[in-house]
This record gives sequence, structure tokens and C-alpha cells, in this order.
Amino acid sequence: MSTDLVIEAEGLVKHFGETKALQGVDLAVRRGTVLGVLGPNGAGKTTAVRILSTLLVPDAGSATIAGFDVVKQSQQVRQSIGLTGQYASVDEDLTGRQNLVLFGTLLELGRTGAKARAAELLDWFDLADAADRPAKTYSGGMRRRLDLAASLVGRPDVIFLDEPTTGLDPAKREDMWDVVRSLVTDGSTVLLTTQYLEEADALADEITVIDHGRVIAHDTPEGLKRVVGGQTLEVRPADLARMEETATILGQVSTGVSGAAEVRKGLLAVPVADDTAMTATVSRLAAAGIAVTELSLHLPSLDEVFFKLTGRTASDEDANPTTEVAA
Amino acid sequence: MSAATLTPAPRTSTVPKAAEAARKPLPMVRHSLALAKRSLIKTWRTPEALIDVTLQPAIFLVIFVYIFGGAVAGDTTSYLQFLLPGILAQTIAQGAIAIGVNLNTDLTKGIFDRFRSLPIPRSAPLLGAVLGDVVRYVIVVVSTMSIGYLMGFRIETNLAAAVAGCVLAILFALCLSWVSVFVGMKVRTSGAVQGIMFLLIMPLSFASNVFVPTATLPGWMQGFVTVNPLTHLVGAMRALFIGGAENPMGNHLVWTLAWCVGLVAVFMPLALRAYRKKI
Repeated sequence: MSTDLVIEAEGLVKHFGETKALQGVDLAVRRGTVLGVLGPNGAGKTTAVRILSTLLVPDAGSATIAGFDVVKQSQQVRQSIGLTGQYASVDEDLTGRQNLVLFGTLLELGRTGAKARAAELLDWFDLADAADRPAKTYSGGMRRRLDLAASLVGRPDVIFLDEPTTGLDPAKREDMWDVVRSLVTDGSTVLLTTQYLEEADALADEITVIDHGRVIAHDTPEGLKRVVGGQTLEVRPADLARMEETATILGQVSTGVSGAAEVRKGLLAVPVADDTAMTATVSRLAAAGIAVTELSLHLPSLDEVFFKLTGRTASDEDANPTTEVAA
Repeated sequence: MSAATLTPAPRTSTVPKAAEAARKPLPMVRHSLALAKRSLIKTWRTPEALIDVTLQPAIFLVIFVYIFGGAVAGDTTSYLQFLLPGILAQTIAQGAIAIGVNLNTDLTKGIFDRFRSLPIPRSAPLLGAVLGDVVRYVIVVVSTMSIGYLMGFRIETNLAAAVAGCVLAILFALCLSWVSVFVGMKVRTSGAVQGIMFLLIMPLSFASNVFVPTATLPGWMQGFVTVNPLTHLVGAMRALFIGGAENPMGNHLVWTLAWCVGLVAVFMPLALRAYRKKI
């Protein structure tokens, strides 16, 4: 069973002066799957990725990528990984093509190999038209795509995506999700960090939640949602006088025992099992002749996840991480 | 708006995986050269970054030759012959400041993370950047010599000696740039790199034989001037450009080369160590 693990980390510890970035983190990713590492800013996600991608040496603990030790066999590890950081790690003065050819050359693909791979990736990432323009003229979304393309030049078996969609608008985010999905179909193993449960849920086979350098939960998306609560349907009736009627209808589609609750002035929320609740609600509201000004379905936010798992909110802790750790 | 629709990954790439690619010999040399090419492309694309090394020698030559030339050397023509090797040495030494400044800003960008996640020697990006700067030094030489020629400077030896003088200046700048790289690795902001390097190079340029003959300086200062690497570089360049009894080579060449070796021997390991620690 353990031979099936492509990424394996045990007891990773890393301190930066007083800041305890990691305090014993275990991670495991099976071949051809996506692990979502979920956590707020400062939880230690990036530190973990930097250790696994050989950019940092852990103070304690060990990790292997495809069986190679990240500290002792870092060169072998580097041959099989691709890394995409939070910010675009390409040379802005070089064109998209020059960037990709440079990385291909450094990866020993040879002159023709590097050129062919660059053309392939530019085409795939819809950058062919902008291929010969300096990367600094690219839009935010194009830069992210070039950055991701750059990490795929060597056709790595293991890909680290550190908050790949932070700062992207929703449409671009979904594009990026499609790319991640196709990487997995192609046989790659992916470790993805994110601040959004929605993103982890959409992409990951398993989710590890970390907070203050510790793993506080590890489960499948379904398992995690069972703990933290599934989707919530929110409805705002146009006419405040019809709140009660609306609440009754919502109670009928709800999976929860508590029924609909008024979460903000004029806004009703109710836990629901799946997307079909939306359709059911719409038709029942229409039948009753209730007009609504707002109707939305969403997963718990990171704050809500943390509140369920730790009894505290992520943002509270984030405000003063070192004292919390010491306490 | 380009609403990109991304097609799924091509299942069969024509290119082999990097993990399966054959390792070729001399990775340090090949990768450093590939990365030096990156510096060349950047220089080519941002010519405005060359203003300091092209315009400054022109301004210095004009100011010093036409303002001080008469007072220092009696007439401007003979002062130009005296001054040009010195200005070239001074400018090329100052040209070495830029690499420390650039690397200091570059390191904070993601591109160095990318380099470090690749299976290449860890120091290759640094070596590549230093090598890539050769083109800047060549530009300094060409522009300073051209301006000097237009103003009336003439080589009095022969072409081979003149070329040797230019190559010596470039070699010296390459060795001096390791000091700049080291400072660039150690200091927090690029502004501080600029400041520290300027403070180092300023006394080297003025407490030297660049502007006036060593014999005219006070005795206590001559002590510094005679060990100053720029003095020896300029002495060697005057011997190679002008020659004659007034500009003997003496031990200038030996001292210049000794300084080159010393600077690299001390500052290259320090810079590489600081680089490995920093990133």
C-alpha cells in the first residue's frame, strides 16, 4: 500500500525564528490523485510545499517524492516535480516562448525538444498568439497559465500548485480547475493548496486541513462536508411579510433538523443535501407566488470550516498567530 | 477579453519526460551559459538600463577634459590621452554595481524559486547572471572608446595591445562583480546595494591615478593609491594604449591579475554561500 504513495511526509517541522510555521505535519498522496491542502493564510501551506519541492530544508521530519528523499536526493526529486507558486515565477522580460524554451533547456530536453515542448504548451494553454510577446505584457490570467505551463515543461509526475487560483476571477478560476483535472487524467499526482473549501471540493480526492502548522483534519471531501456541514441554501424574499411562508417551504427541502434560520435581516438560510434542492425550492416558491431577490447555494467558507473543526474562527487566529501557538 | 477555453492535456506528447532525459556532461557550464543568454535577452530588451554605462563616461570625459584638462596637463589633447584609460576603468568598475542591484531584486521574484526547483546546479543562475553581464562591459568599452576617438583620443601602440587593454578591463570588471554579487546577497534592499558599492568604488576611482598622476598626491595617500587595484588596471591600460617611456608596464599587469584572482578567490565563494543561504 505504501508503495502507492507518491508524496509522503512525516512529522515536518520548520521554524523561522519565533514563528513556528510547521509543527509536525504528515501528508500522503496516492499516485494519480489530488490532495487538497486547505488552510488560512499563515497556516504553513506554502512552507510545506517549499519543503516538498526542495526549496527549504525541514528542521525535523522527513519527506519523499516518488521514493526519493527531498533533502538527500533533491536532484532526483527535482527531475520529477513541477512547481507553481502563488505568484508568477517566470521571467517577465522574456517572451512566453523564451521562458518555456529556457526551462526546457535546463531540463535537458535539448534544443529541438525544448522548442517542441514550448510550442505544445503554448498551444494547449491558449498562449500561441502571445507567445512572442514579453511576459510582462500578459494579463493576470495569461501569466498564471504561462506559470503553470512552465511547471509542466518537463512533464513532471508530481505537480505542486500553491494557491493556483488566488486572485483570479471566477471564470478564470474554473478554467484553471479544468486544467488541473486534465493533469490528473494525464496521470500526474497533484498537491494543491487553497483557502477555499469549494476549490478543494471541486478538485481533490482527499483534503488535509492545516492550521498553525498542524494537521487538524484529513478526510475525503464528502467526509469533511459531513463534519463541517454541506451546502447552504440562502433565500431573500422580496416581501418581508412572506418570511414565514418562505421558511416553511425551505424547511421542506432541508436536510437539517433545525429548519430555516434568519441569518441576516431578511435572509433565510437552510442546510441542503445537494444541488437538486435548488430546483425544488424554486418550483415551490413559484407555486406559492413568492418573489425572491436573492437565491444562492454555497459550501461553508473557510471560516465556517474552522469554526466547526476548532471552535474558533480562522481569521481570529490569523490576527495573532504566534501568541496563539505559544498558548 | 480572452475567455480562454482550455483543451485537455494532449495525452501523447512528442517530447520525453525530463526525468527520462539523458544527463549530459558539464551541467554547470551548459546551464550557466543557457542562463547567461537569459541576461543577454534582458539587456537587449531594456536598453535604457545601459544609460549609466554609456552616458556617464561621455559626460565625465567632456567635463574633465575641457574643464580641468588645461589646468592639470597644460592642454586638453594631452589630458585626454592621459584620462581616457582611467575613465574607461572607472566606468567599467561602476558597471559592476548593477549586477548586485539586479540580483537583489531578482531574488525576491518567483523566477529564482523556479530555477531552484529545476535539476540544475544550485549556483548556475548566479554564474549565468555574472557571465551575461559581459555584454554590458563590452558596451562600456565600445561606447567610451568611440566617444574618446571623436574627441581626439588616439591609440599610440597597436591594435593588438589596445584590444588586450580592453579585455583586461572587462576581466577586472567580471572579477569585481563578485563583490557586488556578495553585497547584493547580504543586503536587504537594492538601494543599499547601490549605496554600499558606490561608497566602495568612489574612493577607488578618485584615490588613484585615474585623474592625476600618482606623484602629485600627498605621501600618505600615495600609500593607498599604490595598492589600489584601479591604479594598477589604469597603469596597465595606459601602457597598452599609449605606451612609451612615460607609461611603463612595470608590475601593473601582474598586480591587476593578482587582484582579479584575489577578488574571485575571496568573494565568489562568499557570494555563492550567501546565495545558497538566502534562498
